[in-house]
Amino acid sequence: MASMRDIKRRRGSVQSTQQITKAMKLVSTVKLQRAKGRAERSKTYFKCMYDTVVSMLSKAGEINHPYLKASESPKKAVIVVTANRGLAGGYNSNIVKLVRNNEDWKKEDLIIYPIGSKGRDALARAGYEMGEDYSDTIEEPIYADAMKISKRVLDDFAEGKVGEIYIAYTGFKNTVTHIPTLLKLLPIKLEDERASEDKAVLDFEPETEEAVELIIPKYITSLIYGAMIESVASENGARMQAMDSATSNAEEMIDKLSLLYNRARQSSITQELTEIIAGAEAIS
Amino acid sequence: MAERFKLTIVTPDREFYSDDVDMVEFNTTEGEIGIYQGHAPLTVIVKPGILTITQGETIKNAALHAGFVQILPQEVTILAEIIEWPDEIDEKRALAAKERAENRLHGGGSIDVARAEAALMRSIARINAAKMK
Repeated sequence: MASMRDIKRRRGSVQSTQQITKAMKLVSTVKLQRAKGRAERSKTYFKCMYDTVVSMLSKAGEINHPYLKASESPKKAVIVVTANRGLAGGYNSNIVKLVRNNEDWKKEDLIIYPIGSKGRDALARAGYEMGEDYSDTIEEPIYADAMKISKRVLDDFAEGKVGEIYIAYTGFKNTVTHIPTLLKLLPIKLEDERASEDKAVLDFEPETEEAVELIIPKYITSLIYGAMIESVASENGARMQAMDSATSNAEEMIDKLSLLYNRARQSSITQELTEIIAGAEAIS
Repeated sequence: MAERFKLTIVTPDREFYSDDVDMVEFNTTEGEIGIYQGHAPLTVIVKPGILTITQGETIKNAALHAGFVQILPQEVTILAEIIEWPDEIDEKRALAAKERAENRLHGGGSIDVARAEAALMRSIARINAAKMK
């Protein structure tokens, strides 16, 4: 059996690790609350945005615009949203897997626009082509960042450098459920045909073609922004969970080590007593 | 007095304003527009300028920079990318931005004219709105 001193030292180190994980859990709980609040507040905006775009595209039959057509370039731009920090369970690796395991994609065709250094490093190591890096924006996503990113990818799309644009992010369903999601940003495909039918036909000023030109980038920006906000909420949710289980694992280890320690202590006392008694008997 | 309609202004970060109002005015790509209740359904694109909300005797102003507006007869929704109340504006910063943009426009050389013009329009809208405090 390990000596008392060894067990005590071991227990001390587990205890201090537990203190760290506990603190990290508390921090991410607070951050999660804030991120969730932001996601809630921005919901109205995205709903209105979606409704408008759907009603606009319900007339898409007449609209002939590059944003709505697949372009010829085989290249695909993928915006990959991960975190700058680890210790969040499978949060980062799930997104990386989502990109790597997609069977429709060939590695040479992809250009990665990373938001979040964990995903960037993992994909760069795997040999993917990297576009501009936006990792510093994920700490505190603001709308202006999303505008910058969407302008960049839309420019690439307009110049024909890329034919399709995707975004890989972690959808935030609730505190414990986060879904790695891959979303196609461009060319836009109207998935829900029903939604478009019951919408009142809107007029556009300026002309519909021009409106598409101006509104679609805003739509893309809002999608990117939404993905960033949801990812931040998911990141903190995932970290909270990971740290929670780490804390309870540590608790379990501490209990086990305490038991071992007490046993070792008791047996050393017993042994000492036996020795004393034996010594006393030998003298008398 | 005309009947009121519901005006909602949302930004990506918050619900900026939501109430029944008499009239709302702002700048669009096609020129200035004022909307009363019962307007024909229309979607317009915003140009930087001042947004004026009239609600009975009270008039509120804000600097509206980008976004678009969905107009329905009983409801107007402004999806604003950037919008500020006058007391949120840093007038000094706006003045500095105006000067910078003007210098860039007059300086010539290889500049992004559209960007400089947009910056100029934004700073002017901010300065005007800030004066209406």
